[in-house]
Amino acid sequence: MKNPHELIEKNVGLLTVLILVAISFGAMVQITPLMFQQQTMEPVEGLRPYTALELEGRDIYIREGCVGCHSQMIRPFRAETERYGHYSVAGESVWEHPFLWGSKRTGPDLARVGGRYSDEWHRVHLINPRNVVPESNMPGFPWLEENTLSGELTGKKMEVFRGFGVPYTDEDIAGAQAAVSGKTEMEALIAYLQSLGTHLK
Amino acid sequence: MSMFWTIWISVITLGLIIGCYFLLRWCLSNQTGVEEGESMGHEFDGIIELNNQLPRWWTIMFYITIVWGFIYLALYPGLGAYEGLWKWRSSNQNVQSLEESAQAREQASANGYLVEYDRELDFAAEQFDPIFEAYAQIPVEELAKDPEANKVGKRLFLQNCSQCHGSDARGQNGGFPNLTDDDWLYGGSGAKIVETLTLGRSGLMPAQLPALGEQGIQEVANYVRSLSGLPDVDAELAEAGKARFMVCAACHGMDAKGNQMLGAPNLTDTTWLYGGSHRAVVETLTYGRNGVMPSFKKTLGDDKIHVVAAYVYSLSDE
Repeated sequence: MKNPHELIEKNVGLLTVLILVAISFGAMVQITPLMFQQQTMEPVEGLRPYTALELEGRDIYIREGCVGCHSQMIRPFRAETERYGHYSVAGESVWEHPFLWGSKRTGPDLARVGGRYSDEWHRVHLINPRNVVPESNMPGFPWLEENTLSGELTGKKMEVFRGFGVPYTDEDIAGAQAAVSGKTEMEALIAYLQSLGTHLK
Repeated sequence: MSMFWTIWISVITLGLIIGCYFLLRWCLSNQTGVEEGESMGHEFDGIIELNNQLPRWWTIMFYITIVWGFIYLALYPGLGAYEGLWKWRSSNQNVQSLEESAQAREQASANGYLVEYDRELDFAAEQFDPIFEAYAQIPVEELAKDPEANKVGKRLFLQNCSQCHGSDARGQNGGFPNLTDDDWLYGGSGAKIVETLTLGRSGLMPAQLPALGEQGIQEVANYVRSLSGLPDVDAELAEAGKARFMVCAACHGMDAKGNQMLGAPNLTDTTWLYGGSHRAVVETLTYGRNGVMPSFKKTLGDDKIHVVAAYVYSLSDE
């Protein structure tokens, strides 16, 4: 072979494979070891799995695209911890599948929003944010108040999460439908929001 | 991090940097079989690709990058459990509770670690703690007259309180009280405002439908509205409501002037937390209300609460 580089330059398939090999070295160093680290796998002392209602609320959070504007990741900068509380630690997210850390910070970070506002504030705010915060550009979600949950799939979802290692008991799963059936989506979402970040004690 | 993963990371990382060095050396030698400066055999519209060496400035920068890579990995924690010569960290990461976080901070500073986040906190503490400590010595009522302290308090208020009470602190309809008037649910002394901020409040008005029935609610609503001299009150119903007011007197008092121990509002004034229309009062009576003020002890801490309380006190003390 007169010019070995020409082989790569003229063969896109080979170029792709070699690029993947080069990138995978980075992944082997950056990602693989974290999968075996105690500190990224061990839950924080106060962590508990989401209740059935909170779990449904989380799915509504995903459905409505909240993660597109709200992060759930307080970085270790004073500017953030002064406003939101202690920075997020790995042990708080071990049962998150998928995690909702987000990356777009149009609205405030929600990693520790639990307990910061009353349930009633959340209700008013979610129906029309400008009713309580006139400067807000967040859209309203009035239909959450009207839609009710059947809870048909809640138990199934918990089983899936149990497969990921979240310690749901058989009673949790058996009682899931009864716990959410008839509740509004608003109640579920507020329950989820009020639980966020409250486990690091 | 275990020995295995430290070796794993170190071998791959250092191996790749050294590999980059050899790749660069290899690319600097002529592998094309064409003389330096001669044509590679491609020509398009008179533009010819020549076999030129890598530019010298670029090669030197590549070497500098490699050297920098080694220096960086020596100073900073890049290789598994190796902590780096500077003992630098961005934050204390392996914490399982707030207590552990505080302990980790002390340990890190005792062991000479340079934790970037802690350094930021220490710097801020040095700057601001003396100010807040000085303010903490002054009673809330006195501090409320200090314009500098009120500037600080206002900033904290806008950041933490305005979402419910509004940026002008005049509250909002639907259970978010106006803080600029002289009407206080739990008391407006400095100590009471501090207590409200520190512990939070939960004001529960129970639903009265089971106790009063629909007719009873109509009567009591008329009576309650008559107490503050509102129009459109049916005198007959109000009179009947007066007889039923015993149910309400337990919290609001026989004179309906409320009870600050319980956060029960005064019903004889013109301030209405949830609206004073007939419809709003009927709704309050039928379904009850639950007004929650969250605790700010964890968010703000005692010294900042003191300054916010002074600002809030100043708003109604004009």
